[in-house]
Amino acid sequence: MTTETTKKFNIDTVEHAAKTPDTELPWSELGLKKNEFDEIVKVLGRRPTGAELAMYSVMWSEHCSYKSSKNHLRQFGEKVTEEMKKDMLVGIGENAGVTNLGDGWAVTFKIESHNSPSFVEPYQGAATGIGGIVRDIISMGARPVAVMDPLRFGAIDHPDTARVMHGAVAGIGGYGNCLGLPNIGGEMVFDSVYQGNPLVNALAVGVMRHEDIRLANASGKGNKVVLFGARTGGDGIGGASVLASESFDDTKPSKRPAVQVGDPFAEKVLIECCLELFKGSLVEGIQDLGAAGISCATSELASNGDGGMEVELTSVLLRDPTLTPGEILMSESQERMMAVVTPENIEAFEAVMDKWAVEYSWLGEVTDTGRLIITWEGEVIVDVDPRTVAHDGPVYDRPFARPEWQDSVQANTFTGSVEDAGRPSAPSELAAAVTELIASPNMCSKSWITKQYDRYVGGNTAMAFPDDAGVVRVDEETGLGVALATDANGRYTYLEPYQGAQLALAEAYRNVATSGAVPMAVSDCLNFGSPEDPDVMWQLAEAIRGLSDACMELGIPVTGGNVSLYNQTGTTPIHPSPVVAVLGKLDDVARRTPSGWREDGQAIYLLGTTAAELDGSEWSNLRGHLGGLPPKVDLAAERELGQILINASRDGMVDAAHDLSEGGLAAALVESSLRYGVGARIALEELMERDGVDLFTALFSESQARAIVSVPRSEEVRFKDMCTARGFAHIRIGVVDAAGGKLEINGVDELSLDALSEAHEGTLPKYFG
Amino acid sequence: MTSIPLIGEAVAVAAEPRLAGAKVGVVTFPGTLDDRDAARAVRLAGATAVPLWHADSELGDVDAVIIPGGFSYGDYLRAGAISRFAPLMTKIIDAANSEAKLPVLGICNGFQILTESHLLPGSMIKNDHLKFICRDQTLRVENANTAWTVDYTNGQEIIVPLKNQDGQYIADEKTLDALEAEGRVVFRYVGFNPNGSRRDIAGISNAAGNVVGLMPHPEHAVEAGFGPEAGLSGSAGEPRDTDGLGFFTSVLTKIVGGDK
Repeated sequence: MTTETTKKFNIDTVEHAAKTPDTELPWSELGLKKNEFDEIVKVLGRRPTGAELAMYSVMWSEHCSYKSSKNHLRQFGEKVTEEMKKDMLVGIGENAGVTNLGDGWAVTFKIESHNSPSFVEPYQGAATGIGGIVRDIISMGARPVAVMDPLRFGAIDHPDTARVMHGAVAGIGGYGNCLGLPNIGGEMVFDSVYQGNPLVNALAVGVMRHEDIRLANASGKGNKVVLFGARTGGDGIGGASVLASESFDDTKPSKRPAVQVGDPFAEKVLIECCLELFKGSLVEGIQDLGAAGISCATSELASNGDGGMEVELTSVLLRDPTLTPGEILMSESQERMMAVVTPENIEAFEAVMDKWAVEYSWLGEVTDTGRLIITWEGEVIVDVDPRTVAHDGPVYDRPFARPEWQDSVQANTFTGSVEDAGRPSAPSELAAAVTELIASPNMCSKSWITKQYDRYVGGNTAMAFPDDAGVVRVDEETGLGVALATDANGRYTYLEPYQGAQLALAEAYRNVATSGAVPMAVSDCLNFGSPEDPDVMWQLAEAIRGLSDACMELGIPVTGGNVSLYNQTGTTPIHPSPVVAVLGKLDDVARRTPSGWREDGQAIYLLGTTAAELDGSEWSNLRGHLGGLPPKVDLAAERELGQILINASRDGMVDAAHDLSEGGLAAALVESSLRYGVGARIALEELMERDGVDLFTALFSESQARAIVSVPRSEEVRFKDMCTARGFAHIRIGVVDAAGGKLEINGVDELSLDALSEAHEGTLPKYFG
Repeated sequence: MTSIPLIGEAVAVAAEPRLAGAKVGVVTFPGTLDDRDAARAVRLAGATAVPLWHADSELGDVDAVIIPGGFSYGDYLRAGAISRFAPLMTKIIDAANSEAKLPVLGICNGFQILTESHLLPGSMIKNDHLKFICRDQTLRVENANTAWTVDYTNGQEIIVPLKNQDGQYIADEKTLDALEAEGRVVFRYVGFNPNGSRRDIAGISNAAGNVVGLMPHPEHAVEAGFGPEAGLSGSAGEPRDTDGLGFFTSVLTKIVGGDK
């Protein structure tokens, strides 16, 4: 391969830097604090060169270094039991964790944020979010098999929401559909707290055989370092440090050019090309280029391996030949990978590149010097210990304290509030309330979004949105597969962060179990405001503590994830939004449980108990109230409910199951009816008597550890016996009615499925066309 | 290290012995997405799927060819416009037009490649609503005499997934009239036209009936539990998730002599 004609710069070499200690450097513009710059000078024993400064600034940014959260994130590694370790093949810290599925199969999954870019340029921001997370999965040696996207936008009727929504959905579809990865689920929430800072998270899952697991390290002195895929351009320069580490401020110039531009075709070819490299065992170590680009890839590969690497930067293939060394090091151009190849495999490696018409260039080689040396036409412009760049960045013990306002927020309960005036009770009022709920922005049908995504490609999608979890088959012979769900509730977490994070985990766990799968692992995307705000820092600390405690209690480990901070508009942070993804395993995906009922006459049971828990609920949200305490968390009950749902699926005791979460029983009954257009007759008197709640509360409370199931007549005795033996509350609330075309609830005016469907489906088209 | 088991390559079907020898080629271009799905459909129908690479200059010993869906070359130019020039396409075009009339099926992007190759008339432009659409689509089989439809009956309605961005079939009126007159409209959208295609056309054939192209994806409706769930709706519903299998059995019926 030929290198670009190199442009002459005033190259700031290491030698020059040593001689000119007093040169002013733009560390502040690159997002570094004074103490951080001083630390770099101390580490190097001299001022950094321009190129070194570029590397440190991106790698020490919040996004790459986790400097504010690291001290808290340790709990995910510390609170781990033997039970949690037993299926973990690769833990936290690599590109993505790996979990054993049995039969020689392993699965890797991870969720990440692409929030700031998606606000600046929704289409490219969301598209490259998918691209980045998929490359993380390939880097582990896995074939990606599905994606999911939890989305949080501003108010549905705000003029700017349509811009972000249209762009993000089209970007996810445009990129994901072109990769051949089915989109199997996600979330959609509208709330004005996300108006100036939408959350666009992306999850990818991949599968591999155990022996194919790959790690990012550069070992073996003399092995060659190669960069392949797309060329390096000017897009995304400083994206990581500038975009993800500050909040938007109207007074600064536009940061538009800092968003990367995606090329899904290049990514698709890169996927196939990497899988062919793995198949031939042609790479020793591999790393995707994401945030901080070459800075990150070289320093991480070098510090995880034998500790040294030499790279000639003018060998990098460029889209824009005017780029400076610093820009090349910081560029976040997409669809690039870096690999370490033994000299014997060079020819075979190049043959694979040529077959897929992928461009590549050999940059240098692995050394045993413990130094990462980067040259520009032979002159040394970077000479660092790679660990100081990749791992030994600053760590902050940010001050945090329970906000002063927390008590008054928690004291402001919905029941009896001004917003609660005129609570529905008459049959006609309750029918109107159910209809209003299921047509509301957060509870309405997401099909306007999901029909823009390919859920079929690959031929292994056993279940997708709107069922509780997405289910993908892994092994066609045995039917072995995985289930995935993501959940978060920003309102719950705002009211009580420790509990709110646990509720997110509980719901994702419940969703996976509802599909019939055994929950196995967790990946989390912690979306919070500025860590420099002690209130926000407290929310983050509490959420991490809550999540890590709950993982231990549920017996499933966190295997990876991402922290996204500075999500705020001006000084107003978003609701703390820990998005939790749970992965489960199904021995045979044919046993999956869908959320809709079908068979006339099947009994409908409600599992779990209902209390008056309306604070933070969708109903209170509809009435404009946010206060009080979120529903109680009972992880032992969640675990027990999970066991019941998993056993019931395995033994064919239920034909349908749907978890109760936002919108409570009312939402679940409507969703299970509309899933296949089959109604039901429901009577809640016995439940109201048992749990001491009125009809409104029975329908709209968001008490946890609950699900509804439909049970074939032949299985009813066995199912009840199982619940009784496990001491879990279960009550028959009705029967499937296939002929009526309606949802009948005693005490509520009749709800025709046609009218419900119209209300449920009509909302997104009304706002977004 | 073992080879990467490509998902979808493990299934062995107890095939009719006389079909097992039939070889159906599945072409992969850079950016092809549904090649593994098409290969699975061939295997489920009972034949052997042969992977073909766009850059190969020989077609080899295959009895039929499927050009699967995807975004070859990213569809950055007109969909199919670059793939049409692949060395293998030249061979496929020759074989389709030859005396032997090699059966060729183009699905979605494959259909677009066939029109770009002038094996089929007309073209596809962006959906009239300008968005990607993925849905379970009802089609009416208008001609059950092509190489890919003999196992269906005329007028039969089938449900197969549809998923595309550029699926609006267009041609001039004269061409459309000719297609209708010659029975070369093979599939029509029923109930809902998902992309604004002229005369609800979902798929067409060449004059000889050996080359068929359509936008919907029959290869995603070949296996119970993984196909459309439309048939599950309503009280009287029966699963309708394998309606697409007929495409792949049809061509085998044709290959082994039409008397299956």
